[in-house]
Amino acid sequence: MSAATLPVPTASAAPEAPRRRRRGLGNRPGFLVYGLLTAFVLGSSYPLWWSFVVASGSNATRAETLPLIPGENFVRNALTVLDAVPFWLAVGNSLIVASVITLSVVTFGTLAGYAFAKLRFKGRDGLMVSVIATMAIPTQLGIIPLFISMRQLGWTGELGAIIVPMLVTAFGVFFMRQYLVDVIPDELIEAARMDGANQIRTFLHVAVPAARPAMAILGLFTFMLAWTDYLWPLIVAPQNPTLQVALSQLQSGYYVDYSVVLAGAVLASLPLLVLFVVAGRQLIGGIMQGAVKG
Amino acid sequence: MTSTLIRPASAPPQPAPRARLTRRQRLSRFDVKASPYLYIAPFFVLFGLTGLFPLVYTLVVSLHDWQLLQGQGDFVGLANFAAVLQDRFFWNSIGNTLSIFVLSTVPQLLVALVIAAVLDQNLRAKTFWRMSVLLPYIVSPVAVALIFSSVFNEQSGLVNNLLGVVGIEPIDWKQDTLASHVAIATMVNWRWTGYNALILLAAMQSVPRDLHEAAAIDGAGAVRRFLSVTLPGIRPTFVFVLITATIGGLQIFAEPRLFDVTTAGGVGGSDRQFQTSVLYLWEMAFFRQNFGEAAAIAWLLFLLIVGIGLINFLLSRRIASAESAVRRRRDRSKGARR
Repeated sequence: MSAATLPVPTASAAPEAPRRRRRGLGNRPGFLVYGLLTAFVLGSSYPLWWSFVVASGSNATRAETLPLIPGENFVRNALTVLDAVPFWLAVGNSLIVASVITLSVVTFGTLAGYAFAKLRFKGRDGLMVSVIATMAIPTQLGIIPLFISMRQLGWTGELGAIIVPMLVTAFGVFFMRQYLVDVIPDELIEAARMDGANQIRTFLHVAVPAARPAMAILGLFTFMLAWTDYLWPLIVAPQNPTLQVALSQLQSGYYVDYSVVLAGAVLASLPLLVLFVVAGRQLIGGIMQGAVKG
Repeated sequence: MTSTLIRPASAPPQPAPRARLTRRQRLSRFDVKASPYLYIAPFFVLFGLTGLFPLVYTLVVSLHDWQLLQGQGDFVGLANFAAVLQDRFFWNSIGNTLSIFVLSTVPQLLVALVIAAVLDQNLRAKTFWRMSVLLPYIVSPVAVALIFSSVFNEQSGLVNNLLGVVGIEPIDWKQDTLASHVAIATMVNWRWTGYNALILLAAMQSVPRDLHEAAAIDGAGAVRRFLSVTLPGIRPTFVFVLITATIGGLQIFAEPRLFDVTTAGGVGGSDRQFQTSVLYLWEMAFFRQNFGEAAAIAWLLFLLIVGIGLINFLLSRRIASAESAVRRRRDRSKGARR
């Protein structure tokens, strides 16, 4: 529900191989380029490191000009976080919410994307245009009726209320459609049908295996989006918080112990940091593959 | 259904009447016809219920006197819209949103462009650099807000400490209007610059190499090649990034909400100096509990976002057609010379 969007994928993204030749023109870049890049990376990662340093020190650490070395208090500050907010409940909630949303967005996105990419039916093009048009709609602005409905259903405070509005995205359909339209040859579907496979078998045994890489990327980004969403969970279930809502509650009150707040920020960032280390390449691939569109 | 059973196996082959398809064939036909609709149905049903319906229903709410607790009241026509349009806090929030939007979009895209150009060099350890650039993206907006709320704290925040080193007086990041906008824009820029750089990098890599080579043979230097080969080549992607940044940038919520919670309960500063429109919408709905006016804000914001998106789109189309006209003219004059 957040506004971030992935760019559009095409299976025909520029292959890496001809790039080597392409670079023949410019030789290895000099120190200036590496220096610029290093400065940017150091500058942009320092706030994160600084958070950890302060989180492992005390409120006084912040007074230092450019603290670089972590202190010894991280565990103590982290335990304070666990006392101050229902951290584990929040992590569990976020895991459930993000997983269900991811599963749903990927499943329905693949189903619809496959139909739009490879099946012929009346009204297909018009419906696809409507999908594309809805991508630009800031659905986040529908929160008031959503909240009214959830309250009438008695769902406020339930995880279901957080999940349901995010079960499908127009982007998911579009993303899968763009990928599948090139990646599955029509003959393959025809062959499956000749072999007597019905539609759903064709989908499961031809489309899904072919769609897997795109499903993984869509899943990765959907999970991140759901995991980091704040506005809707804050509105509909503040008493049963997701991780982001719990994290934001750390900063209430008039006295703010920043070493505790930052310990919370670091703790809350760890799961995605792990995901980043494990799947960073796929994340980059997803962002970059998507950019090359006609 | 029984036709297959009755028909004797040794019957002479005769053209089957059209209607007498076997059960299997009929089923298969139904399967082919209906399956596509079944596959797209979950999306459309769910999107209709949770995306489209709320948006339309927002209009209904905005036309009524509607409170959080009392629920639906009288039909009031456009009174909520009139009230919002005369509300100086609303205009204040629009001004803040636009100011933060400009402060975050322009530098972000310029820096992303530079970083993308640098990453487009023949670097060693490509993946390492790309991952390093993307790192801030994995920090959630809430965590970003907490981190930068501390970084920009007036008393002994990182930025004021560093400014002190070079002899600049501490800046009131959370009190001063422009300074707070810069701080919030910094959060957005910090999280998104690397992400957008990667998108632009991919676009740069898809610019045909022979164009670069031709320009180099014609004597164009690196900067000249970047301006007249790379930039035109990545324009569609650039427009895409711009429109995405617009849709996102106009809906900023977590950052201003959590920037200075100790004053005024996180509605965007003691004097609303950095209250964005979504934040104001949230305040109107859940603090003041006036759903009618909040819905009106939502619709006005919706129109603003769609409007600015369209302007972006048209402007870039204009630039595109103007550019290609220039190029065509240049080509023609070149041809004439030959």
